[in-house]
Amino acid sequence: MPLEIVFPMTNEHELQLDLERQGIFLSTVNRFYNWGRRSSIWPMAFGLACCAIEMMAFGLSRYDVARFGAELFRASPRQADLMIVAGTVTKKMAPQVVRLYNQMAEPRYVISMGACATSGGPFRDGYNVLRGIDLLVPVDVYVPGCPPRPEALLHALITLQDQIDRQKLGRVRWYGEGVKPQTTDFPVPTFGAQGLEIDGRLVDPVGGLPLVSAYTSPEFGEMKSGRLEHPEIVRHFPIMDPTVELEHPLKARGVAPEIAADDLKRGEVGNAEA
Amino acid sequence: MLKTEELQINIGPQHPSTHGVFRMIVTVDGETITDLKPVFGYLHRNHEQIAEQNTYLQNMPYTDRLDYFNSMANNQAYAMAVEQLVGIEVPERAEYLRVMMVELTRILNHAGALGFLINDMGMWQTQLAFGMREREKILDLFESASGARLMCNYFRFGGVVRDLPPDFIPRLKELLQAMPAFVDELERLLRENEILMQRAEGIGILPRDLALAYSVSGPVLRGSGIPYDVRKAEPYSVYDRFDFDVPVGTVGDVYDRFLVRIEEMRQSRRILQQVIEQLPDAQGGHINPKARQNVRPPVGDVYARIESPKGELGFYLVSDGSGKPYRYKVRAPSFINLTPLGDMCRGYKVADVVVILGSIDIVMGEVDR
Amino acid sequence: MPRLDATDLRERMARDLPGAVLEAVPLQVAAAPAHGPQPGAFMTSDTLVAPSRLVEAACYLRDLLGYAYLSDIAVVDYLADDLFELVYRFYHVEGGEGLTIKVRIPRDHPEVPSLTPAWPGANFHEREAFDLYGIVFVGHPFLRRIYMWDEFEGFPMRKDFPKQGDKYIGADE
Ligand code: SF4
Repeated sequence: MPLEIVFPMTNEHELQLDLERQGIFLSTVNRFYNWGRRSSIWPMAFGLACCAIEMMAFGLSRYDVARFGAELFRASPRQADLMIVAGTVTKKMAPQVVRLYNQMAEPRYVISMGACATSGGPFRDGYNVLRGIDLLVPVDVYVPGCPPRPEALLHALITLQDQIDRQKLGRVRWYGEGVKPQTTDFPVPTFGAQGLEIDGRLVDPVGGLPLVSAYTSPEFGEMKSGRLEHPEIVRHFPIMDPTVELEHPLKARGVAPEIAADDLKRGEVGNAEA
Repeated sequence: MLKTEELQINIGPQHPSTHGVFRMIVTVDGETITDLKPVFGYLHRNHEQIAEQNTYLQNMPYTDRLDYFNSMANNQAYAMAVEQLVGIEVPERAEYLRVMMVELTRILNHAGALGFLINDMGMWQTQLAFGMREREKILDLFESASGARLMCNYFRFGGVVRDLPPDFIPRLKELLQAMPAFVDELERLLRENEILMQRAEGIGILPRDLALAYSVSGPVLRGSGIPYDVRKAEPYSVYDRFDFDVPVGTVGDVYDRFLVRIEEMRQSRRILQQVIEQLPDAQGGHINPKARQNVRPPVGDVYARIESPKGELGFYLVSDGSGKPYRYKVRAPSFINLTPLGDMCRGYKVADVVVILGSIDIVMGEVDR
Repeated sequence: MPRLDATDLRERMARDLPGAVLEAVPLQVAAAPAHGPQPGAFMTSDTLVAPSRLVEAACYLRDLLGYAYLSDIAVVDYLADDLFELVYRFYHVEGGEGLTIKVRIPRDHPEVPSLTPAWPGANFHEREAFDLYGIVFVGHPFLRRIYMWDEFEGFPMRKDFPKQGDKYIGADE
């Protein structure tokens, strides 16, 4: 992507401000269209887990998302523009999430709120936890944190508004001709004996890494999907080691054994076939 | 007479009433419910299995995420279980701090739960906004003490992680001062609203003997008229030093459960006032300095339970002598309180399901774990 | 408040229900490490009941002793000892400490009589145990998976279920 896309409207914008000072109000169709979109993003009332509580705080009195025009939490996906995936997506819930996303009308946006929705978070190792919702639907904005503070979610919303500001009517993915990869229905996984399946093929086995790659953010290019190779990396987490003694509740005593032995090199990346 | 056919409808897992991803398969005859089967597992995130792969201390933040409305109460139950297993003493002051936090959690939880309940009855958002406004004040206190709003991770084996900041007690006093007005307001919102009262009174009756047979706990059990509260029945921590009452209902309907919660908020306030009075004399620091955090308990098992805002929360731990629990089982009150849901809903209308569900007050993180 | 402890219960049950109480054998819990301090065996102080007499023993607790509140059913998978242990926990509504009875069943044939017909509150506990550990409760009215989907194979909480997670990648190579 060329760099100019980052601030495409600077000049137009200044020109416009100049004119506005002189009492002339102009707008481009682009800007008008984006202004309409960005000022009334209606999120879907869709809470999954702990993060949903912070999402409610974000909607209610103190943080008051109404300031950004996104206070209208809709119960129906048909009326919503934004899906905030707030919480752990389990494998049992994943088909529902994709189905809800498919039911939303274009343009639709996704905010992945919290560590769980982004990558599985603290529950990544569970047999029933999906390792990131981006394996199944494309995500526009990721919010880190467990749970992210409501301010962080507000920031995510503002970031999304920025992204919308940068859209060009001629290039948005849901107008125009040709193949529109991100507007078609996304495959809804089904339950298999070993994990989630798409078209009868195992994509997210219970005991191992997912076999599909994540969708890239729509802001940065086309949809990507396919099989992912997993280098079988040998990892060691000292914090998992019960032999590590703690000095006080927040600090380990002494020096980590690897550092003491000057052995910070991890095992080599092995051959996937091996 | 008109003959109707039975119809099965599916509510959830994504539905606008605010109880997380919970699904019910409801069989209706006309608009009357003949059967209801809950379907779980949409938030089954393998808490227990992950906990068995973690060290004891690592599990403390995971317990926060169990019932994400009352992280402090979960912390206490888990800390108590490990302390009993290892044999760690808790200084008096730390016990008081724990009780203070857990009672604040109880107020916070009930404010939220009642907000959701009335929200479900159709008073869209007003009540919820009131409840949340009050919640934010308590969350501010939590944040000043522990550093986090929601997932406090404040307890450690043998105490709590750090002492209170200097302005905590004055702020708490201020909050307690303002509380009765808020609780009365909350009560009036339902009591003085004819329409809401019709949706609460005589709905979702759970008789006394059924409540016992279904082993429900917490406000649901007490709403059905059984004065069972772990704080009184098997006093733990320093609860035997406080003077408080256990409110009970008479009929066991939605309204009774509402009233029990309102009254519990008042009782929690009473306990908190006594905590503030007794705190300065309490001995010992905020944590037992001899308590090790990466414990290796001897082989054995232990079950510790507390009265969490939702009911009896227990942890069953089995140690094999290593630094990780061999078995880690949570007795989750929300999960067990759902057992009688089918019986409670039978004979009522579809629109009552959500109200009855709201009166049980579940949190999916705890139901599915 | 009723005051009964684990020893009283064992004595009373042995007296009133002859043959139902079993002698507890120490459990090895985890396989002993090759070196280092040995953790020692686990000797339970709770009453061990023969699986076939479980319902009888539970009803004895409820009807004669008044311990009517079935609080919890926990399953523990003792892989090294090749058995499952079920822990039933009862409380008295008037308060006081609880009483625990335990049942041990072989791993290859995990079957116990269900308490659900007598205690509706056991329903979800037993379904959970079935889902995660594969314990079959004979006589349960609706023994289906509760958390995982129906098509799922295997019982994920058993100790021999394959481990997952980043920290295990390549661990067994
Ligand atoms: S990221 Fe943390 S707070 Fe959010 S759902 Fe996951 S565990 Fe809960």
